[in-house]
Amino acid sequence: MNKIKSFFQRSAQPSSREAAKQRLQLVLVHDRNQIEPGMLELIKDEIIAVISKHLDIDRNNVQVNFTQGERESRLVADIPLTPKRPIRK
Amino acid sequence: MPARVITVTSGKGGVGKTTTTANVGVALALLGKRVACLDADIGLRNLDMVLGLENRIIYDVVDVIEGRCRLRQALIKDKRLSELYLLPASQKRDKSAVRPEDLIKICNDLKPEFDFVLIDSAAGIEEGFRTAVAPADEVVIVTNPEVSAVRDADRVVGLIEAVEKGPARLIVNRLKPGLVQRGDMLDTGDVLDILAIDLIGIVPEDEGVLISTNRGNPAAFDEKSAAGRSFRNIARRLNGEDVPFETFKDQSGLFRRLSRMLRRDSSRRGR
Repeated sequence: MNKIKSFFQRSAQPSSREAAKQRLQLVLVHDRNQIEPGMLELIKDEIIAVISKHLDIDRNNVQVNFTQGERESRLVADIPLTPKRPIRK
Repeated sequence: MPARVITVTSGKGGVGKTTTTANVGVALALLGKRVACLDADIGLRNLDMVLGLENRIIYDVVDVIEGRCRLRQALIKDKRLSELYLLPASQKRDKSAVRPEDLIKICNDLKPEFDFVLIDSAAGIEEGFRTAVAPADEVVIVTNPEVSAVRDADRVVGLIEAVEKGPARLIVNRLKPGLVQRGDMLDTGDVLDILAIDLIGIVPEDEGVLISTNRGNPAAFDEKSAAGRSFRNIARRLNGEDVPFETFKDQSGLFRRLSRMLRRDSSRRGR
């Protein structure tokens, strides 16, 4: 019974190969752009501060992430606005 | 045609740069090419031992640079392959004894006499690495399918591009087919996805490499060695041949795999 359980447990979590690949892909985005992962959070806060001077934004749903192409990457910020007046349906 | 200068580097140490340089050098010489292997790991000389030529050294690369001997006198001729030569590193000095322009000068002097000059780089990304890359026409990066080696390789890919020596090509060394099959090791495809450079060879983990290195008799000489065959294929690819990439299966038999599985189960129960 134990054996069967451990068999299923093993297959439930991603293989260590997958884990290695995912961790590498994440860390290399930061390595290649020479930026510490925690710095991205700081950038996000600063972007929110700057934009919110001029626009009403939905602070809780701002997303700032790197996206990785072949060997180039970009910083993508997704900043939802809070509507000034309700949109009539 | 003048020699192509190929630097073998890796970022991380211990991934098999020296073993690769020695074996690819032997394999190119087996193809009838004139090969000079240059040990640029100044202060940590090892290529001589892996090639089995350590007892024949009189002068080293620093002696050439500082004018104590001529280049010809420092080159050690292999007794097994008449077209294979070694220029040893100095063991007494450190990286600062060789400047990039010194190595460029030496390579320029070697070029008319050889088809290939293989440079075994120091690990790391500092002075030793930069010196070894300076004379390169091409760069080969050796990595292992393992997170730290791949991360360091990525750093080196970027540095090679920055000095306009790229694109580097990749050797995945010490692949364990059994672990890959079990989903517990990065596969060559994973490594290529991550690094986004061209592959030039896959070398399986092979005890025979250690044994042949113990004897100073590189595995590339051994017809039966799996790693030796891979190194010979890399040499053929470097020489412009279109050689399909090998696929590896777990070499251990069914019995060994079963007993390993049982052992793993009992150790898990014991916890």
